[in-house]
Amino acid sequence: MHELREDPVPAAPPEGQRRGRCIVVTSGKGGVGKTTTTANVGVALASTGARVVLVDADVGLRNLDIVLGLEARVRHHVLDVLEGNAELDDALVSDKRVPTLKLLAASQTREKDDVDTAAFKGLIDKLRERFDYVLIDCPAGIEMGFQNAIVGADEAIIVCTPEVSAVRDADRVVGLLGERVTVKLIVNRLRPALVKRGKMLSVDDVNAILRLPLLGVVAEEPGVIVSTNKGEPIALDAASPTGEAYRKIAGRIVGTDTSTPEIPREASFFGKLFGGQR
Amino acid sequence: MIEFLKRLFNPEPSSVTARERLRLVLLSDHLALAPDVVESLKSDLIAVISKYVDVDADHCDVTFEQQESVVAMLANIPILGMKPTARAPRPAPPPEPPPIADPSPASASVSVSKSRRRRRRKASVNAAPAPG
Repeated sequence: MHELREDPVPAAPPEGQRRGRCIVVTSGKGGVGKTTTTANVGVALASTGARVVLVDADVGLRNLDIVLGLEARVRHHVLDVLEGNAELDDALVSDKRVPTLKLLAASQTREKDDVDTAAFKGLIDKLRERFDYVLIDCPAGIEMGFQNAIVGADEAIIVCTPEVSAVRDADRVVGLLGERVTVKLIVNRLRPALVKRGKMLSVDDVNAILRLPLLGVVAEEPGVIVSTNKGEPIALDAASPTGEAYRKIAGRIVGTDTSTPEIPREASFFGKLFGGQR
Repeated sequence: MIEFLKRLFNPEPSSVTARERLRLVLLSDHLALAPDVVESLKSDLIAVISKYVDVDADHCDVTFEQQESVVAMLANIPILGMKPTARAPRPAPPPEPPPIADPSPASASVSVSKSRRRRRRKASVNAAPAPG
């Protein structure tokens, strides 16, 4: 179990030496919603007017582009840039909806071990000079892909679902991130009805073990699946409570929202009946 | 029996089971991931026991084992003999240390269990000073 580490916002960079914040989204365990979180937090951050670049570090299993609905626009990927086969500007994909959002896609036909760690860190440093936020979508696991993804980051968002396996892996990853990185937690896919009946770990249960500053809680909602089907991040849906949860998370990252993260409650009967997307 | 009926009619929610399983597995994980801590615990343990008896420091073994509801520390510390100067715990000091009968090393196995939170709470209630 880890010491609670408090660190709100990093110190502002000196004039003329701009340096954006680099945040890695990680979890250890796969399938907990890292890519969905990266996409939605990125979209929500960029919607505030901040310049945001999302970097897909999951080389070999590229997914961030399809979740964002930008798969048809990708021409070059991160290894093209690292190996000098493409200019950075040509590889950055502009988002259709939010002008300040860019994507650097992962390479689908290559392997994680093909990424040179020092070169990747150099690329991240370069991006930090040009963007306010560099969000890195980390691959599952704790091998080379993970090591590369965290090398340039000084902040991390741990995505954890209320499951024993996800909590155990998150605990391991927090240990591996070490003291250098400021770590915060998003509890994802919470099902309030199950928590109420004692059939699912609560946010408090999860954080009694991880003991991290809580950035937000995202409930499981069919709307997330629907929005992923369409390639339209739910953070852009003004009517969705899940979209609102991501916007609040973005506000807490920026520092404009100082409210304590709220725990989602069970939707009412009428809410279930009439709410929801198709 | 009452405990059994209680369990039958009011089973423990699975989230409580999950919490307890996580607590134990993480305790084991953290011990496994901190060999230096275990090593230092082992040498402290040997140092303390050596105050009272001669131990075979080269053949000491301290391990942790996850059992059904506890993580137990198992220490296997071979004892070579009594210290000539060893004194029994206060308040009654023995006149002389007993002579060593068997030269072959005896082995003490200590098992210290980290009790479940519930039990610990109960214990602390019992340990509280009586009112009045």
